[in-house]
Parts: sequence; structure tokens; C-alpha cells
Amino acid sequence: MPADPKPTGATASGAGTSGAGAPGSGYHPGAQGSFQSGDAPRRLAQAALKDLPWEIGVAKPDPAVVVDGVTRTFGGLTAVSVDHLEIQRGGITGLIGPNGAGKTTLFNLLTGFDQPDTGTWSFDGKSLGKLSPHQVARLGVVRTFQLTKALSRLSVLQNMLLGAQDQRGEGFFRALVPGIWRGEEKANTEKAMDLLRRFKLDAKKDDFAGTLSGGQRKLLEMARALMSDPQVVMLDEPMAGVNPALTQSLLGHVKDLREQGMTVIFVEHDMDVVRDISDWVVVMAAGRIIAEGPPESISQNRAVVDAYLGAHHDAPLTVEEEDKVLAQAEREIAREENAEGEILSSEKDEPRRTER
Amino acid sequence: MSDLLDAFALGVRAMFTYQAIFFALLAIGLNVHFGYTGLLNFGQIAFAMLGGFGIAISVSKWGLPFWAGVLVGLLAAVVLALLLGLPTLRLRADYLAIVTIAAAEALRLLFRSVSATPITNSTLGISAFNGGFLRLSPWGTSGRYNILGTRWNGGELWVITVGWTLVILTSVLVFLLMRSPWGRVLRAVREDEDAARALGKNVYSYKMQSLVLGGLFGALGGMVYAVGTGSAQPDQYQNANTFLAYGALILGGAATVLGPIIGAMLLWFIIAFSDSALSALLSDDRTFFGLFQINEVFSQTDVAYARFIIIGLGIMFLMIFRPQGIIGDRREVMLDAR
Repeated sequence: MPADPKPTGATASGAGTSGAGAPGSGYHPGAQGSFQSGDAPRRLAQAALKDLPWEIGVAKPDPAVVVDGVTRTFGGLTAVSVDHLEIQRGGITGLIGPNGAGKTTLFNLLTGFDQPDTGTWSFDGKSLGKLSPHQVARLGVVRTFQLTKALSRLSVLQNMLLGAQDQRGEGFFRALVPGIWRGEEKANTEKAMDLLRRFKLDAKKDDFAGTLSGGQRKLLEMARALMSDPQVVMLDEPMAGVNPALTQSLLGHVKDLREQGMTVIFVEHDMDVVRDISDWVVVMAAGRIIAEGPPESISQNRAVVDAYLGAHHDAPLTVEEEDKVLAQAEREIAREENAEGEILSSEKDEPRRTER
Repeated sequence: MSDLLDAFALGVRAMFTYQAIFFALLAIGLNVHFGYTGLLNFGQIAFAMLGGFGIAISVSKWGLPFWAGVLVGLLAAVVLALLLGLPTLRLRADYLAIVTIAAAEALRLLFRSVSATPITNSTLGISAFNGGFLRLSPWGTSGRYNILGTRWNGGELWVITVGWTLVILTSVLVFLLMRSPWGRVLRAVREDEDAARALGKNVYSYKMQSLVLGGLFGALGGMVYAVGTGSAQPDQYQNANTFLAYGALILGGAATVLGPIIGAMLLWFIIAFSDSALSALLSDDRTFFGLFQINEVFSQTDVAYARFIIIGLGIMFLMIFRPQGIIGDRREVMLDAR
């Protein structure tokens, strides 16, 4: 395996893992808490993606999820229009974009909560089109929600137990004979308690989930998703509304998922978080993918900066940002008056990029 | 004072009558629907009507034996649940509420319509079909029996024996189901359907199972009522009964196994006790603290309405001071306020 040549932000975050992920390291007997073995998958994903060109729809060496020509319109509004997107297996892919970019809609489409107007998408070569949400979940693609869906009037432990798949006791007639499901229930409870300990929720196992704080609910939702031993975990804004201390521990948990070989796709607004943990970042705006590449490539991308600062005048701006936009606009007006040729060339430049 | 004691005795007796069983079974069914699964079934009485008429029509029109009538009634309830559920359970909860309330009224009007006379005898209803059931009684059904100072006739006693057995059996069934992983999924569906879907649960199928199960309990309630009254008239199955059953469920405590039973018993205690207590109050010329005679402003015909006013007030105060019902878990109810 080639050593990572450039010390990027992602590598620096590796040090963060050992700190924040410490509670998790005791959990996996396979990983033994050793940095090397635990770190191997992430490096694999990062190394595999290292030499890829930074362009939209680029083919990944080992894609877990492939999206092709998916569009979804609500009336006249095109919420999502993705020509081609591949998600690398075993890596953390960040999905970013301004509000209303279609990130959550794309999540809904991928997990069967919404049906697209056109297009196909597959997981491990199995088409996910026309599958209902529970069927998608059973294939090993689980998701969390932007607005946390803790099952309030169930205890934390019951929440966890619901995450387990293929339970015999969930059939009507088998439920009546406890002997059939008691053993399985016990095993699931042990697994749930292990996960709860890892997420530091074990002291709350008998409390109603509705009594948890917002951050604890995020943790619970993630832990619950892990009960099904998923292959792909889709996290919709896992850090939203979580205090900074808890953010660190959540980040550690997300990195842990990758160490265990899971593919993680997450939506996030906090760019520091995105830079910290992603192996690959996909940027959406107005339903389209406008850029894709490793995290360090994104801040340099003209289309991304436009999407965040230029295209959405109505977005609330700070005074500094406002000044920046104003200065930029003034500069452009000045340029327009002096040399028209430059403007034309940059306009020509952009559609070519978005076409990909 | 002796009037009040008599009224109390009558109230206690009412707690065990077949009417109380009827409402207990309706409420147990609603508990499965509403308490555990979060389904808003506002037409539970339709299931009861199909149960009652299932026996009545099978026995007196088709000449089938009694037990075959029971099967017909249960089968009809399953079919109704499927018909109601298929189009609505994929939609938001409100749609089931709309469809069930309409179906209950439509079915009653259909059964009492003139064109249905050959089958249901229209508004007259069907009677004399419970002979097969009464013949099963181990004791004489025409005799009168005194139990702890309350009087019952043999047939009534047989109906309530079977009825309470049914209540116990269905409650045990609910208890077993709700502590199993199956019941856990139902509660997850109640809390958040999308979360349950994201965890790989087939929400539609679970809602359907719940609707059928609760509907079957409703049908059993209707059967007890039909053999208890000895007749089946469409107008006995007014949809107001569904809401009284909801009242019983909330009174006792939703999402608890014993809640609907306690609620139904208490409901009938209040109805019977206030009925006889108010009547006793009116019988002699009592005055309201010497100001005026009570029976001048409040007549015997008002008593029937006053009972339900008392129940309404009771439920209001319960909601204010004990929203979880008599045996519910307060913490569970207060979570919704967040």
C-alpha cells in the first residue's frame, strides 16, 4: 500500500480519531483497539480515491452505490437531477450544498422514501428502484433523519432492539410463543447493550427515548441504525443541533463506522466537520451535482463558491460576507466595462463543468 | 341513605353486565388500534355490528348452527378490516379515521334499509337466534339467582360468564403480544412510521394486522351484545358507541392491558349509579337546601341525559388532572408535551 504522500486535512484527523474514538476501541474484539488494523480501511478508501480526477460523475474503483440519471420534480421544481454518481465502498462520502440543494431528497430517493421520476440506482449491483423503504433497509442500507426520529414512548433499549433485523418474534403467531424468540431477544439485548455502552447511553437504557437530549437522540438514532449491521449508513445532518463536545464524540463514531468497513454517506453543513472526516465530498446545488472531489479540492472549486455565495442572494449573510459579495460584484461590473472578453470566457467555462 | 346504597349496588352490578363486556371488548380492540398502533379507528361499532349480525343472520336466516354464526361474524370482521385498511393504511392516519367513521354509518344504514329486509329484517332486526347459545349453559337459563345481593337470571349469567371469559382471553392475548417483539414494532409504528420503515419494518403489514386483530375483538363484543339482548337491530349499533368505548379506553388508560376493562366497568358503574341515584333524588320531594324542589327543575326524563353529562365531566376532569387514565403511566403521557 503506498504511503499517503501529502499530509491533508483528512490525515490530520486520524489523530483525532484516536482521541475521540477511544470509547469505541474497546468494543471490537477484532480491531483490538490497535491503530493500524483499525485504520486500514480508511486508508484504503482514501488511497483508492487519491488519483481520481476531480470531476463530476467520475468512476470510483469500487463503488457501493451507483446512481444513474435520477430526477425528481415537485411540480415545476426540479429537486434532484443527478446524471451519474458513484459512492466508494468503505469510505466516508460527504454530501454538502446550500439549503434546498436536494440533498435530503436524494437521500429519500436512495432509501425508498420517495420515488424518482426517472433513473436507476443500485447498491452492490442490486437495483434499488421500486423497493419500499423497509426492503432497502433489509438490504443493509440504513439511514437516519435530519429531524431525529427517536421513538419517544419506547425505552432506549427498546429503540435499540427494534433495529435488529429478521427477528423471529416479529411475526404475529411466533410472537405468541416466547420460547421461539427468547434466545434471539437475549442475544440482541447483549448486542444492544454493547452498542449503548459504546455510545455512552447504557445508563439510560430504561428511560423513555423522549426524555433524552437532542444530542443523545442523535447518538441513539445512530446506534439503533447499527443494530442491523448495515453495509451503507446514510446520515442526514448527524451533527445538527449537537453541542461541540458531543460533536467530537459523534465524529469519532462516524469514523468508527468506516474502520469497520461500512460505507458512510452523510449530509452536513459544517465545513470543518466535512473536511475532518470525509474521504470524498459531493457538492449539490439546485438539485444537481456541481462538484465532487476530495475535501481539500472543494474550497478551491469555483462552482461551489458560486453556489454558496453567488447564486443565493436571499440567503442570510454576515456583514463580512455581504461586503465580500458586494466587492466582488463591483469588481465584476468594473471588469465588464473594461474587458468583455474575460467575462465571456468564464461564462463559457461554467456550463462545461456542470454538464459532466 | 338507603337509596344511595341501593344505587351503589346497582352500579356495582352494572359493572359486570353484558353491556360492560360489550364496551370492554370494543375498547380492547380500540386499544390495539389506537393505544398500541396509533390507528384512528372511529368505526369500531361496525365490527361489532358485523359480529352480532353474523350470528343473527347465520342462525335465523341461513339455519346454521350457533358456532358457525360465530365464524361468519369473525370472518366478516376480517373482511371489513381488509377493505378499510387496503386503501387507507398507506396514507396518513386521518384517512383511516374518515373512512372508518363513514363505513360504520354506511353499514348501519345499509342494514336498516328496506332493500335489506330479506336478510336483516330492516329496522325490526332479527331476534330469537341465541337459543343455540343458551342451550349450552350448564345451569337453567330461566331461573333467577342471587349473587352477593344482586339478582341475575340464568341466561344473563351464562352470557356474562362467557363474556368475561372472552375479555380475559383477549386481554391475555394482548398482554402476550405486546410484550413480544411484534408488539414492540406496533409501538414503533405508533411513535413514528418512517423511523420504523427505516429500520426495515413493513409498516403497512403491521398496521393491517393490528386493524384485523382489533376488529376481531370488536366483533366478539358485538356477539356478546347480540346474545345478551337476544336481538340484533341495526340501530343498536349507533356510532356513538364507538366514542363511548374510546371514553372507556381513555378513562382506564390507553396502551395498558387492563385499562380498557377498568374503563368499561367504571363507565357502566357511573351510568348505572348516577341513573338510580338521580332517580332516587327525584322520587321524594327533596329540596335544594330549602330553596326549591329539585324535581321542579329536573325531571325524570332528564336523568338519561344527565348520566352522560356526568361521564363527560368525569373525562374532562380526568384529562386535566390525570391525563394518563386511571392506570396509565404519567411519564409516558407527559412526553407528548415536549
